[in-house]
Amino acid sequence: MSGKILYSYTGIFDTPDQIIHAAEKAVEEGYTKYDVNTPYPVHGMDKAMKLKPSKLGYFALVFGLSGTLSALLTIWWMSAINYPIVIGGKPLFSFPAYVPIMFEVTVLSAAIMTVVVMLFFFFKLPNNSHPLHGTVYMKKVSADKYGISIQADDPKFSESSVRKFLEGVHAAEIIPIYWDEEEINHQNKIFEPKFIVFLAAVALITSGVTYFSFNKLMYMVPFNWMMDQPKLSAQQQSPIFADGFGMRLPVAGTVARGYMLYQFTGQPDSAGKTLVNPIPVSKESLALGKTKFDIYCSPCHGYNADGASRLRGQFPNPPSLHSDKVRTWTDGRIFAVITEGQNIMPSYSSQLSVDERWAVINYIRALQRALNAKESDVQ
Amino acid sequence: MSTVDLTQELSVIEGKPPLRELDDLISKPIDAKASKKFYIALTISGSMLSLLVIGLGLTFYYGIGMWGNNIPVGWAFDITNFVFWVGIGHAGTLISAILFLLRQKWRTGIARFAEGMTIFAVMTAGLFPLIHVGRPWLAAYLFPYPNQHSIWVNFDSPLLWDVFAVSTYFIVSLIFWYVGLIPDFATLRERTNHKIKKITYSIFGLGWRFSNKHWQHYEMVYLILAGFATPLVLSVHTIVSFDFAVSILPGWHATIFPPYFVAGAVFSGFAMVQNVLIIVRKVFNYEHIITLDTLEKMNKIMLLTGSMVGYAYAMEFFIAWYSGLPIERFTFINRAFGPYAWAYWIMISCNVISPQLFWSRKIRRTIPVMFVIAIFVNIGMWFERFVIIVSSLSRDFLPSSWHLFVPTYTDFMILIGSFGFFFTWLLLFAKALPVVSMAEVKATVTGSQPSHGGH
Repeated sequence: MSGKILYSYTGIFDTPDQIIHAAEKAVEEGYTKYDVNTPYPVHGMDKAMKLKPSKLGYFALVFGLSGTLSALLTIWWMSAINYPIVIGGKPLFSFPAYVPIMFEVTVLSAAIMTVVVMLFFFFKLPNNSHPLHGTVYMKKVSADKYGISIQADDPKFSESSVRKFLEGVHAAEIIPIYWDEEEINHQNKIFEPKFIVFLAAVALITSGVTYFSFNKLMYMVPFNWMMDQPKLSAQQQSPIFADGFGMRLPVAGTVARGYMLYQFTGQPDSAGKTLVNPIPVSKESLALGKTKFDIYCSPCHGYNADGASRLRGQFPNPPSLHSDKVRTWTDGRIFAVITEGQNIMPSYSSQLSVDERWAVINYIRALQRALNAKESDVQ
Repeated sequence: MSTVDLTQELSVIEGKPPLRELDDLISKPIDAKASKKFYIALTISGSMLSLLVIGLGLTFYYGIGMWGNNIPVGWAFDITNFVFWVGIGHAGTLISAILFLLRQKWRTGIARFAEGMTIFAVMTAGLFPLIHVGRPWLAAYLFPYPNQHSIWVNFDSPLLWDVFAVSTYFIVSLIFWYVGLIPDFATLRERTNHKIKKITYSIFGLGWRFSNKHWQHYEMVYLILAGFATPLVLSVHTIVSFDFAVSILPGWHATIFPPYFVAGAVFSGFAMVQNVLIIVRKVFNYEHIITLDTLEKMNKIMLLTGSMVGYAYAMEFFIAWYSGLPIERFTFINRAFGPYAWAYWIMISCNVISPQLFWSRKIRRTIPVMFVIAIFVNIGMWFERFVIIVSSLSRDFLPSSWHLFVPTYTDFMILIGSFGFFFTWLLLFAKALPVVSMAEVKATVTGSQPSHGGH
């Protein structure tokens, strides 16, 4: 007994009636720092110990309502402010659809937080180093006995009076409980080899798993984002065909849908006589023509079709499109040049569709007219 | 029969066993070495589980094409199984929360086990939406989190409500279960001398001291959790039914769905709990804790909910006729007499006819008969979901796109495997944790409460 620090005096009882009686008497005696331990909640004990009703209900209310509110605000911000998308013609903020989620979040936050507050703030658990742990007393009250423990730091505590009190309420057994010296003097040692090894193992496993999942696992079937597919990509080889090419030419003698054969190969003059521009001048066709002209024609002919281009000096200069020759050409004659090329100019039939070529011609006409405007255009 | 006094409420626990004996009995399966029976059961459920693993492996490697699902039947076994397993879970919450609020003391013997079943059933159910997305490792997209695409989930969609409902349900059930387990962990901690067990129980028991200052808050929190779990459980199956009811498909687009689904869920859940408990009380000798009276009460609930489900079937037909919509009428006639008529009549005979036998007190109290009826109920409830999902999808508005669903062997592997998954968890639970709440059962034994407490 010497040197040990007393925590409390405990009495053990056999029936629930006795423990209720003992608790009532303890309150009468004026003990404040005492506790009753029973294997299950004994009815009427709150009244006997004169405990105030639990306030945890308020926590549930506050956490529940803040869950509701934060769910509503989050959903509103996400679907009406941050990234508004109209879904099914419904308003951006369609409250009725949010009710189920608001309810679920309410329940979730209230349930989690109430339990967290109770266990960690009200009870200050986990606590496995309480002096009552590891005692005969705890063994008994956890199974089938009922115990009362009067703490040594109670202002009315004295060993003799408490012993007398417990005898007075007919405790079957009276056990003094001492602080565990080892636990009191225990200090966590950070540099303990065991702890260091534990840290090292955690670091190793974490980094190993991370490395494996990000650098290896992500590139394995089926985790590889469907990168591995049985189809052929452009330029890939195929063992199916004798020549080994994955990309195939169209079958000889077939014509693709919408394809019109150009009938004037090598005959630009007859093309100029026969072909008529089918695309009427409009805002859209001019816009299309400008886009295509700027992409395909302007590198040599210049943005204004005057030959003042970015490539000037590096190739034989192309003639200006504002010359009388080109201005008096029919649309069909220009079409023939774009389609077949001329001198050093290559064919643009693969870059420009038929309609795009006519649109480019419309745009060239507009450029020509801009430089050689008639009197009537100014008015 | 004439000797039974029906006006007298029966004691929850038969006899008046000493409290320590209850502890010994409940912790016996945990402390003792597992019996041969346990290993046989574990082998069976483990083999079924391995079917699931193989089925999922095939699905993930080759893709969802391994299943019979195809347009128009895009939902088939997977969603049927999902709804079935979520429904199984509902009985646990009903027993632990709703019956707690209604102060039905007979729940104490079965509550812990039923809660465990809830958790495992929801885990099993949760598998199906995950595997249905085909790439479950990308399932984080289901939750609204700040991502590179800077896009959010669709909050107007019932499928998203489902994500929230099921995950909330799982977490809250787990918390409810764990809170109930804390005092039992502490009891086990005090009982054991085994070093590793002691450390494990100390960690999970959090150093619970059985203090009455704690018990007071503890009981309040238990009440609060029960109060939250009650509307939660109703909301979960309501939202599951929204997956169907909010769409415009004939056979799905019905306002009766939420109550109809909740009743069905409780119905099938009780059948499953009853089935498993009959085995548990036999194997672990819990006949006086999980009494025949408790089983009889569960049968009564099955009779009630079975009749509600039967009423809903009839009402669906009536509304289809009363609505005057030819397509709606066709859907229901097709359901009863079309290509899936066999499934429909299995459902009717298992769900509507078989529980009506429980009107007889004798059948309610005969264990083999009630066991068989409960199995029928579970078969019927699985087919209910199958009929709703597949028969409606396979015959929608446009006859040119009609197509029948034929399950593949992978579908069956996953279905059977899901039972293996569920029962493996359940067996491990029965071996590792107290399947009956020690603290709660002790509190309901005759003479365990003060005689002048006024209760």
